[in-house]
Parts: sequence; structure tokens; C-alpha cells
Amino acid sequence: MTEAPPPGPVDRLGDRLRRPKHQVNRRAVAYWTVRAAAGWIVVLGVLSVITVGASPRPAWLVVALVSAFGVALAHLLVMPRWRYAVHRWETTDEAVYTQSGWLRQERRIAPISRIQTVDTDRGIFERMFGLSNLTVTTASAHGPLKIDGLDQETALRLAAELTASTAASEQDAT
Amino acid sequence: MSGVSNVSMSDVQGELEWRRLDPRMLLIGPLHDLLRFAIPLALLFLGRGAAGDHWPTLIAAAVVVAFGMSRWFTTRYRISASQVEFRTGLLRRRSITVPLDRIRTVDVSARALHRLLGVATVSMGTGRRDRAKKDELHLAAVSIAEATKLRSELLHRRDVIVAAESGTGAIGSIDGGGQFVAAAADAPPIVRPVQTIVHLDPSWVRYAPFTTSGLFTLLAVIGFSTQYISEYHVDPSRIGPVHAATQDLSRLPRPLLAGSVLVGVLVVVAVLSTAGYLLAFWGFTLERHPEGFLQIQRGLLTRRLVSIEERRLRGVEVSEPILLRSVRGARTIAIATGLRVGRGSDRGGELLLPPAPRSQAHRVAAAVLRVGDPTTLPLIEHGRRARTRRYTRSIGVSLALVAGLLLLNLWGALPSWPWLTALVLIPVAALLARDRYRNLGHTMTELYLVSRVGSLARRTSALQRTGIIGWRIRESFFQRRVGLVTLMATTAGGRGRYSVPDIEIGEAVQLASAATPGLLVPFLAEAPAAVR
Repeated sequence: MTEAPPPGPVDRLGDRLRRPKHQVNRRAVAYWTVRAAAGWIVVLGVLSVITVGASPRPAWLVVALVSAFGVALAHLLVMPRWRYAVHRWETTDEAVYTQSGWLRQERRIAPISRIQTVDTDRGIFERMFGLSNLTVTTASAHGPLKIDGLDQETALRLAAELTASTAASEQDAT
Repeated sequence: MSGVSNVSMSDVQGELEWRRLDPRMLLIGPLHDLLRFAIPLALLFLGRGAAGDHWPTLIAAAVVVAFGMSRWFTTRYRISASQVEFRTGLLRRRSITVPLDRIRTVDVSARALHRLLGVATVSMGTGRRDRAKKDELHLAAVSIAEATKLRSELLHRRDVIVAAESGTGAIGSIDGGGQFVAAAADAPPIVRPVQTIVHLDPSWVRYAPFTTSGLFTLLAVIGFSTQYISEYHVDPSRIGPVHAATQDLSRLPRPLLAGSVLVGVLVVVAVLSTAGYLLAFWGFTLERHPEGFLQIQRGLLTRRLVSIEERRLRGVEVSEPILLRSVRGARTIAIATGLRVGRGSDRGGELLLPPAPRSQAHRVAAAVLRVGDPTTLPLIEHGRRARTRRYTRSIGVSLALVAGLLLLNLWGALPSWPWLTALVLIPVAALLARDRYRNLGHTMTELYLVSRVGSLARRTSALQRTGIIGWRIRESFFQRRVGLVTLMATTAGGRGRYSVPDIEIGEAVQLASAATPGLLVPFLAEAPAAVR
């Protein structure tokens, strides 16, 4: 590859990145819903208190409250399912590959030889659903790969596998 | 090879006694601490001393002095063949051990007081990113001779070790690519001279007014003085000259007043920027040392000496903020592991060339990388859809702003001039979009991934393909609709990631798989077809 790629759109067969193989756990949908709902409860709660408490209650405030409820409902219905359709992961002997997001989607690839740390982490909502997330960091401040919504067992197994194969490569990963 | 001459063989084996800072630290430590606590001490003096009670001030000062002196007694370090050990702290003892090969940069700097006394501060960057301060190895004062010795010990010891381990007195060095190059023992050692890549031309100070450093200084001064004014209830209008000046100014007609204030601010900013440039970059010299590191020296009062190992170098960036670009100026920045752009004590350590003529910036970039001239290569355009996105994004934002202001006007919350003024933004946005598209481009060479982005701050980065430690391919909702993505190469140094925005998806995948052969292969739809 001494030559720069030719200009203009290139869409040859074989230059398509396929999706990572594995989907996350189905319970992640419920987890994402609950996590988002927790945020919405705060926002809607504050907004409701303000609306109820306002003594001359302007019409726009009521409109704002009602539309906030609408947006929240739509978000809670659409976001988790959309995420579930998008979030995927895959590991090979050489690399880790993840896909995440919903409106904005992102794929990340990192070679195993460049991995610095592998962590699993369980927040309170994740524990409720027996889920765990896995974070793989590299030496780049902008390169961590995070897999949300794995079941506990998969997360631990994956972490052990990745740690083992990372330890096998003797470099400082920069 | 000079790596051997610096450190004798006995050093490699032994010399494990603890070393202390220079005794002059006993003077410098307390002085710096007194300066650091000058404001609280002055407050204490004003508060209690004015009432005739000087004891609290004296005791506080004595504590500060004792604390400053204690650092000489409590700080020790030693350097073995494989690691640096460092102990410090009075109440909380800290002991740090760092393997020599994790030390990425050695930064020797001397503030005015240090220079007066002939000592210097040595900081060793380990490049650990999570805990910037804690991992810092910082020797507050060592003699200049010791600093020089330390630097060569820390940066070149590896050469000596490798030479010693390879047996039979072979002499060699680590070359730019990190490979050990052994020379036969009987062959005469090749002495490569120190190569000066660039030396600051004093006329380059003409670029200083086109930097924003003066503006930040001015803002800091204003911030500090307003705080001072409010804290000590100083009424500026009572101060004679200030009073006279405001009186004179208030007699001027409004537009003239605004104009003169603007001119005044611009002049002050230009003067401050120039002064800052001279202070920071006076005598700037970038050299390549044959032992495999780049060395930067600069500064008028505080002399700073930064060494960057070439094996830590991952690329370069030529950065052109719009003001600087308008006068054909540019800066050059190193992309090196352990040197994050604008972070912590490494701040400014990555600078390979202060604001200077653009041609110089590119020349320095090429000279540092040794190979080719990657930052001036013709770049591949991103096409019609990327151009459209530049326009829709920048004009869209300004239209939204105009619409918002118009709505507020219709609602009666604002007069009509805000949205009418905001209309000016639309042609400005169009110009910006045009420039942003013009600058946008990427290309790839045998060794580098080159990308240029931005308008207000145009940056051209050349990242070593071997320095890429991962990929991110991001598509926003709108990008997905037109089949574009933002491709980001992550790396261990510099900004952490270098983007190629709004590139067609197929092209992005092709570029990524060509830049890091093999990495993407298992994830391609038709795997064998991709490796070409």
C-alpha cells in the first residue's frame, strides 16, 4: 500500500465492515428503560412541581410539561429497542470489535495487543437485571471500548479471556 | 557511540546510594513557598499585624519556611540499571518506583531564581494518563550538571544496558525506529553530530500579535483585578489617574468611545502576546541528538529544556488558528506517547515550533519525521455530500439562532435588532462552510495517515500508521442518511485521536484496513477481497 486510495466514493465488495457477531443480553432493553426512566423521573418531577406550584399558571408551562411527558414516553419506548438492535460485540484472537449507540452509532476496533486494562463494572440498575458492562481501555485517552448489557457470566468470562490474551503480548501497548 | 561515554560501566552495575537534591534547595524551597503563600501571609499581616500582633504572621512564615526546607531533607532518589526510585513527603511519605523504559520525557526547566543560583528542576513524564499528578516524578532543584547527567542517564541508559548485554564490548545505539543497531567492536565508532533542525529567527516575533495568548493574559489580569477590587472594597474611581481617564473618556461620543476602547484592547493584547512570545520562546532551538531524542530549548527568564525520545514519536501536527493563518503563520506540534496536548505539567512540551512562517512549520514537521513531506501532500477531497454537510451544518445553526431570536421578538421578549443583526451570521456561516470544505481532506502514504480539518483552527496531522492503536467509526443520524462516517484513528499520544470527518463509508473502511493491514480483515463482509 504505497499509493493513496483513489479519490471518489469506493464501494467495492469486500470493503464493507459487517456487524459484530454477538448481540447483548435481551434484558438490556429493560435495563436501558429503567436507567433512562430514572433520569426522566427527576426532570418530569421538577417540571411538575413547578407547574403545579405556579400560581398564575401560564399556558406554555402546561404545554411544556405535557410535551416533556410525550418526549419521555417516546424516548423510553424507542431508545432501548433501537439500542438493542444496534449494540453488538465480537472478539477474535487479534481484536475486539464493538458497535453501540442509537441515533448516533459508533463502531470501535482495537487490537488485543494494544489493550491496557479490562474492567467489568456493575451499577445498581445493572445488578437489578443481572447484567454487567465491560470496558477495555487502550493507551489512547479516546479509545476505550465499552460493552453494555452483558449478562454477568459472559462479562466475567470475556474479561478473563481478554486479560489472558493481553498478558500474553509483551509490549507496553503504545 | 556517545551513549557509552556518558555513563561508565560501573554505573550500570552499582551506584545504588540515595541521592539528594542540591543543597541550594534549602534556599529556593522556602523562597518559592513564601512566594506561593504570599497572599495569605500578607492578609494575615494586614489583619493581625495592623493591630500590633505580629506573632501569627511570624509563626506562619516560619512554618512555611520550615516546610520549604523540609523538602530537601525528605526528598531522595536513586537510579538503578532498570528503575528510578523516588521518595518524598514530610507528613505523607510517598515512594514511587518507575521502570526506566516507562520514562518518556525528561523536562529540565529553570525559573529565574533557579537560573540565578545555577540549579534546575527536572520532571520525568511517565505518560500515565489517569493520574497525572500522582505519577509525576519531580525533582525540585538539582545542579545544572546533575540535571544534564540525569537526563543522559534516564534517556540513554538503555543504550548502555543493551550494549553491555550484547556482550564482547559491542557498541551501539537505539535508532529512530527503536531497533538496536550494533556496531562491531573493532570498527571506529561513528560519531553523528547533533543536528539543529530549527533555531528561532527573532523576526518571527511578528507572528506573536496574531496569537490569542495575550487575550488570555488580559482576561486573567481583568479577572484577578476585579476579584481584588471586590475583595478589598477598592473603589477604582477614587484612584487619581483612573478617575481622570474615565472622566476624559466619558466626554467622548459613544461610537468613538467604543472604537477607542476596542483599539486600546487590541493594542494591549498585541503587546501582551508579543511579550509572552518572547518570554516563552526566546532562543527556541530544536535539535536532533544522535542518541535518539529530540531536544527543545526555549525561554527568556525560565529556561526550559524538553527531550522527546524519537521512539515515542507517533507523528506531527501543523496547527493554524485562523488569525495566524491569515498572515501565513503556523505552529508545529509533536504527537508523542506520554505527551498529551495541553495537559498538566507537560503543557507546551509538545511544541516543535512556536508561531512561525508556514513554510518553516512544514519544513520542521518533515525534518522531525525524517521521511517525506507528509503535511504538504495534496489531499483527497471528500466529495459533494461532505460539502453539502458543511453548508447545512453551519448555515443550519445560524438559521436556528436567527429563528430563535425572531420568535423571541414576535413574543415581545426582545427588540428586533438582535435577529436583524444575527442575519449577518448567515453569509459568515456560508464562508466558514466553504473554507471548512476546502480544508477538509486526507491521504495515506507508506508510513503516515494524513488528515486536515477545521477552519477556525485548521490542523494538519500526520500520524504514523504503526502508531494507530484502534479505530472508531462514528455515524450521526444525518451522516447515516447520506452514507458518510467520521473515521477516527486512536493513538497513545497527542490528542488521543485523529479524525477524518465525513468520509464515504466504503472509503473509510478501505482506508482503515489499508492503514493497519490485517486488523479489520476478520470483520469484513468478504474478507479475502479486502487485503490488496
